[in-house]
Amino acid sequence: MDQFHITKAPTVYDAVIVGSGAGGGMAAYILTKAGAKVLMLEAGGYYDPADPKYITQLKWPYESPRRGASTPFRSGGDFDAAWGGWDIEGEPYSSKPGTEFHWFRSRMLGGRTNHWGRISLRFGPDDFRRKSLTGVGDDWPIGYEDLKPFYDKTDRLIGVFGTNLPDFPNEPDGYFLPPPKPRLHELMLQKAGKSIGVPVVPSRLSILTQPINKERGQCFYCHQCNRGCQAYADFSSSSVLVIPAVKTGNLTLQNHAMVREVLTDQRTGLATGVSYVDTTTLQEVTVRAKTVILGASTCESARLLLNSKSARFPNGLANSSGVIGKYLNDSTGAGRSAFIPALMDRKRYNEDGVGGMHVFTPWWLDNKKLDFPRGYHIEYGGGMGMPGYGFGGGVENLNGRIPGRDGKTKPGGGYGASLKDDMRRFYGAYIGMSGRGEPVPLESNYCEIDPNGVDKYGIPTLRFHYKWSDHEIRQAKHMQDTFEEIIHAMGGIPLGNKPGPEQNYGLAAPGRIIHEVGTVRMGNDPSKSALNKFQQAHDVKNLFVVDAAPFVSQGDKNVTWTILASSMRTSEYLIEQVKQKNI
Amino acid sequence: MKRRDTLKAISLSSLGLAVGPVEAAVPEPTAPKPPIKIPGGRLKKEAERDAKLNAEKFFTPHELQTVTVLSDIIIPADARSGSASQAGVPAFIEFMMKDQPRSQTPMRGGLRWIDNVCTKRYGKPFVQCTKAQQIELVDQIAYPSKVAPDMTQGASFFSQLRNLVMTGFYTSKMGIEDLGYMGNVPNQWNGVPDDVLKQYGLSYEDSKQEAAKK
Repeated sequence: MDQFHITKAPTVYDAVIVGSGAGGGMAAYILTKAGAKVLMLEAGGYYDPADPKYITQLKWPYESPRRGASTPFRSGGDFDAAWGGWDIEGEPYSSKPGTEFHWFRSRMLGGRTNHWGRISLRFGPDDFRRKSLTGVGDDWPIGYEDLKPFYDKTDRLIGVFGTNLPDFPNEPDGYFLPPPKPRLHELMLQKAGKSIGVPVVPSRLSILTQPINKERGQCFYCHQCNRGCQAYADFSSSSVLVIPAVKTGNLTLQNHAMVREVLTDQRTGLATGVSYVDTTTLQEVTVRAKTVILGASTCESARLLLNSKSARFPNGLANSSGVIGKYLNDSTGAGRSAFIPALMDRKRYNEDGVGGMHVFTPWWLDNKKLDFPRGYHIEYGGGMGMPGYGFGGGVENLNGRIPGRDGKTKPGGGYGASLKDDMRRFYGAYIGMSGRGEPVPLESNYCEIDPNGVDKYGIPTLRFHYKWSDHEIRQAKHMQDTFEEIIHAMGGIPLGNKPGPEQNYGLAAPGRIIHEVGTVRMGNDPSKSALNKFQQAHDVKNLFVVDAAPFVSQGDKNVTWTILASSMRTSEYLIEQVKQKNI
Repeated sequence: MKRRDTLKAISLSSLGLAVGPVEAAVPEPTAPKPPIKIPGGRLKKEAERDAKLNAEKFFTPHELQTVTVLSDIIIPADARSGSASQAGVPAFIEFMMKDQPRSQTPMRGGLRWIDNVCTKRYGKPFVQCTKAQQIELVDQIAYPSKVAPDMTQGASFFSQLRNLVMTGFYTSKMGIEDLGYMGNVPNQWNGVPDDVLKQYGLSYEDSKQEAAKK
């Protein structure tokens, strides 16, 4: 179904969209439904989670010779839907000495919506005005009320389960499908949380626990959203936005199109289209459009603008402020796992559930009483899951701590019948928890064009400079203390060593959580921001950015739902501007 | 697609169409290459890489024999399930050595270490030793917290091998059945069964009351 490419497109499209993930997908959906003729360029191949050619859902581990281990082509493992990962052959990036950033890319239709955990959290009112509230960071040029109608529409269009949480004013209400009942370990987490004042409430995931339309099915509880859903019962940009947009007849989808630069008219200063490399033929192609919309991902959109240099735009396009690339920020992340003796020798039943946690912990404390300025939420894992690569690993660190059926403790490790018995007893008795928190965006954390690097298409590559500050390190310390409290409240045994200051308390390296935002920030002051409050370039009025690059900060919320709502808002604004003949 | 249709389609096709691992069906690389069969869910480059790996050999026959004996010491057959080798574990380990070449030296060297110790002690490589001799050695490297200072390399190797054997066995059909995993099928999640809730003294009523409270 890959579309045949046209070397010299005679058409002038109403819009060209770069990228097919959450932001690009939503823009394509809204614009084509409104009748606009749109071209979507995607650097990777075509993908449809319902096409047997691509399906990995419901396969068994032994259907992979490596039992689902990761490969150079899928860092999420052999069954993960997302092609690509941290390292892509021929598409390098670098970091400045003493700093690091890991850049995850999915080269395929739907982009990184094929990888994510479907966690769909609205930002709350406080998330837009952190500077006003704390004196640290920056405010957004918009508030919750500006985005609320679009969050509402996104809930109804795409579907999300959850519950309203009246006790949490920064976790706004939504239009929720019924959440799935907690699993056994999740009930235990709720009970333990209650005893120590850590709330554990129904999670919010974009998975259809009830049907919402005729095009998409309902969740059948296989716990495998990360493999893509053949029933279209979870949100992926391909199945939920792009394929329906193609069906309008107004969207031309061009796969294998790696965009090189945004083209401009040097006289008017307006964008005229883009040029791209067809990655299958290596031909250079130019396409023209009245509006250019970037949804290539936070770092890729910054790279594209910085690479679009011309006499009129010597610092790169839309970059008279010089801010593009700066304020790059990823979620903080730290985790811990535990063994829960009370769950040993469990009765077996199918507890796969949805493809993620049924409960989570939203940020529950007041930073004014803490030594770090931003919050985090906690995600939980556990249960009698399908074994995969790595199953049973490191048993020597555990079985020496658990008395056997005879009440005696043997040394860790071993072999033979007693080891097999240990595995039966321990199955389903593990839990894991991950903190995901808000960092303070810093000007000194940035990506820039590497003066010495090009990719295999000759496009200059990115170089990163990123270091965590004490704010994030102290937050990670608090996460680790909380994890141990929860584990002990459950009567559990924490696994591994508690990471200390020498390991930044287990704080994941920048980029590893794959929630990066901020490189093409929006604002009211054109000397300090690249985009206005509608994600429209201050310098180029027919240029928009609809991924997470415009975000001033990221809350302690995974940003996909905000990308979708913001892209919808920008797309409706664009339609209005065209009607008023402003663009 | 409606859910009922989805379930039907799944029960008819997807579940029945168990595509096995790519077998070593590709002859020595010659030009032009024969076309590769691309299984569902694989990209062409993935199918090509798997076929290439399957066509390579890592273990010598002696090494493979040693791995097989050790694997069956780690996971022997018992009343509920078969042994590691009956579940195809040695072939999985062979594949992983090619798939993740960083494991090759510790594995090959570890096997040599074992043979060297056995030859010094018993005058024979590991696989030719008596069962009692084999177990005597394994007992000295299977418990990392109790290992003697001159046997630590053997303990590291044994832990590496045990990890591979565990994953290989418990991700096989036999191992999954042994554990009693009951998922990976379309179903309706209605919560934890009542008898289990009762066993743990938990209820969904309490959970609901807690749900929205801070």
